[in-house]
Amino acid sequence: MALKTEEMVLNMGPQHPSTHGVLRLELQLEGEIIIDVIPHIGYLHRCFEKHAEAMTYPQVIPYTDRMDYLASMYNEFGYALAMERLMKIEIPERVEYIRVIMGELQRIASHLVALGTYGADIGAFTPFLFCFRDRERILHLFEITCGARLLYNYIWIGGVSHDLHPDFIRLTREFIKDFRPNLKELNDLLSYNRIFIERTANVGVLPLDTAINYGVTGPNLRASGMKWDLRKDDPYSVYHKFDYEIPVGSGEKGKTGDCWDRYFIRVREMEESIKIIEQAIETIPDGDVSSAIPKRIKPPEGQIYTRVENPRGELGYFIISDGSVNPARVKVRAPSFVTMQVLPELCKGFMVADVVAILGSIDIVLGEIDR
Amino acid sequence: MMYDWLNNLIGSPILAMFIVSLLPLFIFILPFALLAVLAERKVSAHMQDRLGPMRVGYHGILQTVADIIKLLQKEDLVATATDKTLFNFAPLLVFIGSYAAFAVIPFSGFFIGSKIDLGIIFIVGVTGLVVAGILMAGWASNNKYSLLGAMRSAAQIISYEIPTLLIILTVIMLTGTLSLYDLSELQTAYFWNWLILGGPAIGIEKILLIPLMIMGCLIIYTSTLAEVNRTPFDIPEAESELVSGYHTEYSGMKFAMFFLAEYANMFAVSAIVSVIFFGGYQSPFGYLGNTLGLPWLIPIEQFFWFTAKGLFFVFVQMWLRWTLPRFRVDQLMAFCWKYLIPISFVILLLVGLITLI
Repeated sequence: MALKTEEMVLNMGPQHPSTHGVLRLELQLEGEIIIDVIPHIGYLHRCFEKHAEAMTYPQVIPYTDRMDYLASMYNEFGYALAMERLMKIEIPERVEYIRVIMGELQRIASHLVALGTYGADIGAFTPFLFCFRDRERILHLFEITCGARLLYNYIWIGGVSHDLHPDFIRLTREFIKDFRPNLKELNDLLSYNRIFIERTANVGVLPLDTAINYGVTGPNLRASGMKWDLRKDDPYSVYHKFDYEIPVGSGEKGKTGDCWDRYFIRVREMEESIKIIEQAIETIPDGDVSSAIPKRIKPPEGQIYTRVENPRGELGYFIISDGSVNPARVKVRAPSFVTMQVLPELCKGFMVADVVAILGSIDIVLGEIDR
Repeated sequence: MMYDWLNNLIGSPILAMFIVSLLPLFIFILPFALLAVLAERKVSAHMQDRLGPMRVGYHGILQTVADIIKLLQKEDLVATATDKTLFNFAPLLVFIGSYAAFAVIPFSGFFIGSKIDLGIIFIVGVTGLVVAGILMAGWASNNKYSLLGAMRSAAQIISYEIPTLLIILTVIMLTGTLSLYDLSELQTAYFWNWLILGGPAIGIEKILLIPLMIMGCLIIYTSTLAEVNRTPFDIPEAESELVSGYHTEYSGMKFAMFFLAEYANMFAVSAIVSVIFFGGYQSPFGYLGNTLGLPWLIPIEQFFWFTAKGLFFVFVQMWLRWTLPRFRVDQLMAFCWKYLIPISFVILLLVGLITLI
């Protein structure tokens, strides 16, 4: 008589230390081997898109902060850029520079969280605190600029809310000076650690064609070997004025597009972001930080789709205006949402411990998935 | 020795036995666990650019005491679907397993619970109880994470006992004794008599033994790390994967039992490593008591050296924990079966050959 057997179903989350928020994964297990992964989302849904329709255009900005709460500056950046393109307004050069500096600082801060929590997922807790120590200094830079540490409401349509703090340039220089050795320390401690490489290389390989089919963007796509970065490929703001590289995954420790590649691409992107910030703070022009726009923002009837390279990938805003003070529709293309769909594809055949590694390596933010 | 002395002092064998069996708990394990938990938090904090506990007492010295008081006050939570008998018994069994090991650990030539000839075998045997306790806890909790953690833990501990035993066997072959007391007495006088440096052997034999013993020491330390579930082998507790493994469902004092057992175990395995390879309670440079002509000073010095060696290895465990990431469960098994066990066999063989010549 054959014994009746069944697969074990394990619910991972929504309250679990390494689902990075409130994601719930339904894992079907054969022992510890993953047969299938079903992500359940919606625990953090706040109706951003519907909310936006009841707000005036500037009032939407604080809501964009709360989507990807680790990259708030970039969310505002994208929204402001879309609105400016819709209204066809020119903004001062200094504002563009400030936005780029803030955006790149935010990219570093966001990647630091991604890398730190990734280390913690793999079991190394110390890099997590090292990363947060550096992130703290970036948050301090944001705080002296606009008063907030996480949700800034700093980049406004047509400008920014405050000019840079007098100390900002000096503190940024100091930060960069300290950050380079810290990055090396992170590499020594985590990136090139033998156990870490064993855990991440050849795990959760995302082939390039799968990545493109699913619409994966950002560091995850670049780790799979495609040089696709909107800062270069669909230039916006003043990114064309700076000299920097787009790192691409090369399968240094395993196959191209494995967890280690996705991890390391972020380390290298931080180095490139530092280069951009260095150039920007040297060449930042003087001038006004807001352009003359009316108090009541009433864009002409029409629609616009604008995309920017957020730390997690291609963040797109599709805004329809009916000529009134409220947007008729604000649709967001959230990179995390798109990336998360490839998760079941990556996890099949690996072990429970690898799910954590893979989930950490695609670096999703639940606030952005659920909006 | 301790028992005889107390028996003479008090005149009641039962009372003396009672005191001897409780002594390690009250004068060693509890204070050690209190200090080690604090030390762990402080060590990790300073490695991570933090301060750690600072509020309770001077620099947070009383933090663990406060934690224990909190744990004592907690409600004894038992989930509905658990197997109550096993659930309640498991923490006890785990604690008994690690506590019993202290019976034969020679803290000094004087302070030793029992000098039985089978010291090492006894330790290996009773720490085996821990596996049963962990499996029991995982099964009785009726929680999938606990079950996964318990299964991993059982597989891991049993696998890593093999290289440990093989190295112990090597040492037994070399020294011809199973008693931890005799083992320590063998490595007396100076540090070049420690087994890691070839023990009391002399000449060519010693030179041949040194590399083998160093490798053996590394293997035994690695596998005991795995046996006490410390990083990089903390897979059963793997916080980021299994929440906290087999003790997910435990709270209050039962949780504290697991915690206490973990720290007791940490010291027990460090003690074994230091007895086997680092001369146990023997001082590396001879005794002050001998020079000064104060024989009563010697056991105290021995106690100091033993504790210092044990604590050093505990510190290394903490150091490793806050530096290294965690292995995956299959990699852990592969590491044991593909590398540690074959190398241990080779060491066993070579040491056997050396003792023949």
